[in-house]
Amino acid sequence: MSATPQLPPVAKLEQKTVIDLVAKGKRIDERGPESYRPIQIQVGLIEKANGSAQVHLGKSKVLAGIKVQIGTPFPDTPDEGVLTVNAELVPLASPSFEAGPPSEAAIELSRVVDRGIRESKALDMKSLVLQKGKTVQVVYVDIYVLDHDGNLIDAASMAALAALVNSKVSKMEVKGDEVINKGGHHQLPLNNYPVAVTFAKVDRTIIVDPSLEEEQVMNARLTVTIDKNGDICAMQKGGLYGFTPDEVRKAVHMAVGKAAENRARIMAAAKG
Amino acid sequence: MDMVLVAEPKQVVAPGEVLAEGDHLLGDNAYRIGTKIFSACVGILEVDGNRVFVVPLKGGYFPRVGDLVAGRIVDIGLSGWLVDIRAPYEAMLPASETPGPRGPRRRDLSTSYEVGDMVLAEILAFDRTRDPLLTVKGPGLGKVASGRVVEISAAKIPRLIGRKGSMISMLKKETDCQITVGQNGVVMVWGKSPESERVAVEAIYMVEREAHTRGLTDRIREMISRSRVVEQVAGTQTA
Amino acid sequence: MNKLPEPKQPEKLIDDKGLRIDGRRLDELRPIKLEVGLLDKADGSAYIEQGKNKILVAVYGPREAHPKHIAMPERAVIRCRYHMAPFSVDERKNPAPSRREMELSKVIRESLEPVVLTDLYPRTTIDLFIEVLQSDGGSRCAGITAASLALADAGIPMKEMVAACAVGKIEGKLALDLSDAEDKYGEADIPVALVPNAGLVTLLQMDGHLTLSEFEQGFTMALEACKTLNAMQREVLKKKYATIKEAAEEREEAEVVA
Repeated sequence: MSATPQLPPVAKLEQKTVIDLVAKGKRIDERGPESYRPIQIQVGLIEKANGSAQVHLGKSKVLAGIKVQIGTPFPDTPDEGVLTVNAELVPLASPSFEAGPPSEAAIELSRVVDRGIRESKALDMKSLVLQKGKTVQVVYVDIYVLDHDGNLIDAASMAALAALVNSKVSKMEVKGDEVINKGGHHQLPLNNYPVAVTFAKVDRTIIVDPSLEEEQVMNARLTVTIDKNGDICAMQKGGLYGFTPDEVRKAVHMAVGKAAENRARIMAAAKG
Repeated sequence: MDMVLVAEPKQVVAPGEVLAEGDHLLGDNAYRIGTKIFSACVGILEVDGNRVFVVPLKGGYFPRVGDLVAGRIVDIGLSGWLVDIRAPYEAMLPASETPGPRGPRRRDLSTSYEVGDMVLAEILAFDRTRDPLLTVKGPGLGKVASGRVVEISAAKIPRLIGRKGSMISMLKKETDCQITVGQNGVVMVWGKSPESERVAVEAIYMVEREAHTRGLTDRIREMISRSRVVEQVAGTQTA
Repeated sequence: MNKLPEPKQPEKLIDDKGLRIDGRRLDELRPIKLEVGLLDKADGSAYIEQGKNKILVAVYGPREAHPKHIAMPERAVIRCRYHMAPFSVDERKNPAPSRREMELSKVIRESLEPVVLTDLYPRTTIDLFIEVLQSDGGSRCAGITAASLALADAGIPMKEMVAACAVGKIEGKLALDLSDAEDKYGEADIPVALVPNAGLVTLLQMDGHLTLSEFEQGFTMALEACKTLNAMQREVLKKKYATIKEAAEEREEAEVVA
């Protein structure tokens, strides 16, 4: 059952500071309302994964690892591989994270990242098939949140995309009942590059890339995931309040430019 | 500024419905956006001078200091009893708020009230941070050992009592029963016979069901006298 | 595990006359039936049929918070469970809550939070149970529409009812209130919830592919549909109480005549 979350452990005075700054068009870390925090992307940190990427978004740190394994397709899509996205809010990342089954925040995070990749058809699912209806490659995207300083959705979305771009998979084929290694590697076949851009409404102002302090005072949150053509492939609103229709329209337009900037960063880091 | 009533008084309104536009005073269950006044619950629109309010048609009991309530003992603690008063908060009846001898020797609390006992009590203290505190010191308060318990929606209690007590005094007179109304929607009925109690209980349920209709008092009186006739007929037949 | 044959994919989702597989126009809602106050034990309840969706909602509360530590000192906690019955879909669904149901429970709760006057009931919970007995496309939206009605029926003070409706894209065209097949074979789905008087969008999700201008147009269509649904919500709620009122008053007249 989903319950109203407990209030963040922040004094009203501290909340007021954040809100007053945003109302004046400023922010607690001196960014503009429409600016991201510094973004750093490193790829290939985990040798045992097919691909990996760590994203620092300000002080938030998210690591994504890709594992490609052999499995069976879903019965209703015999000619497609399988994509699975999972997110772990690792207890070391925040005093508010607890060990145990995935929280609703972790589920939402993984499903929003999943939707971006799946709906933009980023991964060429057909090319993952080794034997139609029987044997396919299963691509696991595991998102590991290591330090939570806000806007985990964008950090996770960037890490997942960078890790997918970074992935190398052994060439395989099916002989008889066995999957054999043909030798050599290929890149994961990607057709699209979705990037999530998250907005927060603080008081009556829309800001991009909320930090944890801002998330703790925000009324609501809106994520817009944009594909390589500047079209929308996923959206998710969160939080206890709402947006006016005009705020939504404004955010959707702003997302296009922000996504293009971040996509360029990801591609440069993943290929470089 | 002009004041315009948008909805019709005495009619059913829904949450979010525009009630009026202008400088009216806000009463219960009404709120304002700009110049418009809206309803905040399903209820009957009432207008008193230029005050606009909505009498809710449904809803649970929310405690108020001074309310008479009827509740069930659900647990015995170290210094008192926990009482279910059909509110979102469990009420506490401390031993010190019960009549009887007091002193250094601790009494065995289970000798006064047992789990499952019904008590009539008054709310002594309650606020946003503290659960309701009860007292049974006072005339008519304390354990209820006989009678029928009728539970209705607390939102219908004002209708059951009626303007200046008109409905409840009519009920008592016509059914020849003693009736005590707990503000929490728990009503106690004591009659001279099970039949008269049954008629009173039926009448109370009818008030709950039809609380927002006109001419209710007359219809209830009618219903009671009809039941009485049926009973007398039934009585003569068995005799 | 053997799999049942899939329902066949319709050849076309829009015919030559511009009508959809169920005969609707692109901007037309499915037939909707709303009922209120049909459960005896719940504090408030509502039922919605929208297309083949059959959804029952119950509200309990405000009531004592259990376990106590979930209570909040300044307001009521709203809890929400969106759950699908095992027989609600073509293939039996495992009754254990899925990740999808957990996400939907969260976004549905968030869509209703802004309207409930939770600060009147500190330290309590208001529990919402949404049971999808049969699922068609747009069950989260239908669930929100019914949940608002159930909250109102429980007599819980609330600013207004929230109404929700999805818009999607099928065969390149924007279409209101997608059915199951349209959702499955269509190109996009945008569920939207609106708080009409406050002008607030409290649920917004999207998956698929939409250009910016398609989004603009679809979003506006969904908002308009939410307003239509909101009018239906009010009507059905008021009708329930008006019916009791009329029945009683008619009986009175009959008695006077007699």
